[in-house]
Amino acid sequence: MIGIIRYGAGNIFSLTAALERLGIPYGMINKEDDFDLYDRYIIPGVGHAGAAMHKLENTGLVPKIKSLTKPTLGICVGMQLLTSYSEEGDADLLKIFPIKTMRFANSTEYKVPHTGWNQVYPERENPLFENIPNGSHFYFVHSYFIEFDNTFTLSSAIYNNKFSASIWRDNFYGVQFHPEKSGAYGETLLKNFSKL
Amino acid sequence: GGLAKRIIPCLDVKDGRTVKGVNFVDLRDAGDPVELAWNYSNQGADELVFLDITATVERRKTMVELVKAVARQINIPFTIGGGINEIADADALLNAGADKISINSAAVRNPALIDELAKAFGVQFVVIAVDTRVINHKNIVHLNGGRLPTEKETLNWILEAESRGAGEILLTSMDHDGTKNGFDTTFLKQVNNSVNVPVIASGGAGSVQHFVDVFEQSNVDAALAASVFHYGEILIPDLKSILKQNNIEVREI
Repeated sequence: MIGIIRYGAGNIFSLTAALERLGIPYGMINKEDDFDLYDRYIIPGVGHAGAAMHKLENTGLVPKIKSLTKPTLGICVGMQLLTSYSEEGDADLLKIFPIKTMRFANSTEYKVPHTGWNQVYPERENPLFENIPNGSHFYFVHSYFIEFDNTFTLSSAIYNNKFSASIWRDNFYGVQFHPEKSGAYGETLLKNFSKL
Repeated sequence: GGLAKRIIPCLDVKDGRTVKGVNFVDLRDAGDPVELAWNYSNQGADELVFLDITATVERRKTMVELVKAVARQINIPFTIGGGINEIADADALLNAGADKISINSAAVRNPALIDELAKAFGVQFVVIAVDTRVINHKNIVHLNGGRLPTEKETLNWILEAESRGAGEILLTSMDHDGTKNGFDTTFLKQVNNSVNVPVIASGGAGSVQHFVDVFEQSNVDAALAASVFHYGEILIPDLKSILKQNNIEVREI
């Protein structure tokens, strides 16, 4: 059963609706004891990474999150929180991944926010992307991206530059796109996560 | 490959029901926006826009119920527009599962609303819809579905909206809307080359070639249409396959 970490950053209605459609059981984590009730975790998040980190710190759950050993998936800003630093709000983050979150350069050719369906290519083998063809489109909407990294990038996307569409280290995963809004392949990814 | 051009059907909704005629086969209830949305999503629509034209005092409640019903069943992003006048409206829609809201006249009447919305929810949540019509060779912002001209020149207003925190521009050419003679590619190109946020083209779609033209000639990020999709004149899989033949990147499902 998936525990969704609640810290007040963004709505989770679409995420829980997707889990319900897929028949994946879930519950909410509001305090440290709640972690024991679940065998995997999702860190959701939309909006401002610096503000989201501030809210997460206010819950007191940061040390527990950093010590997790069960599969943990950050989505969008929830993924960015796993990195060491974001240019958004000049914020220090969880530092589970020693890589950075940066802003897309302004451009009339590469619009910001990066909005829409972008192709995603695997960089490493992992069951999170099982049954998802190389180059499938996923739905992105973000102004900040996680830099590409040879060690930690699980799949990449190209938007002006190559960046991390997803990251992976041990039990920690992050996806920049929104699997709950990414059609059938997004649902496949959520199913895959529920079985990791 | 990279970012696909988006195809967006627009549904007009009143009191929780779609109001423009739809003649798909196999629909149990052509007025049910969720069933329609599901159909479009299955055909490969990349995103949906619901334009709520409910005029009752209960409107916020009916919009929220609609948004929840869509978010429960549809696995692609959607925008809701119509009658969003304050932060509380937007907040209720966000919490019901809307990916974006579209603001039109409320933003023209109170431009600071854009700043407030962007600050509260992030620019990615805020679409500014602009209805434009040419008067004396100038594109002028219009309200009330194109009936009421304002003092604002359209490009100036779009640049102001962008600087205040619009995350996307939905531009409808009222001179083209309903004509089926094609999008206003000239003006769309000018706008698209002037802003750093995505632009959705609207108004004038009548054939598949019009979509090819708008992407090739103006390079906008997305194209929106209503009746050509609702009446089955253009099927989304056919449209996408022809866009692809023209080397325009589309999402395949």
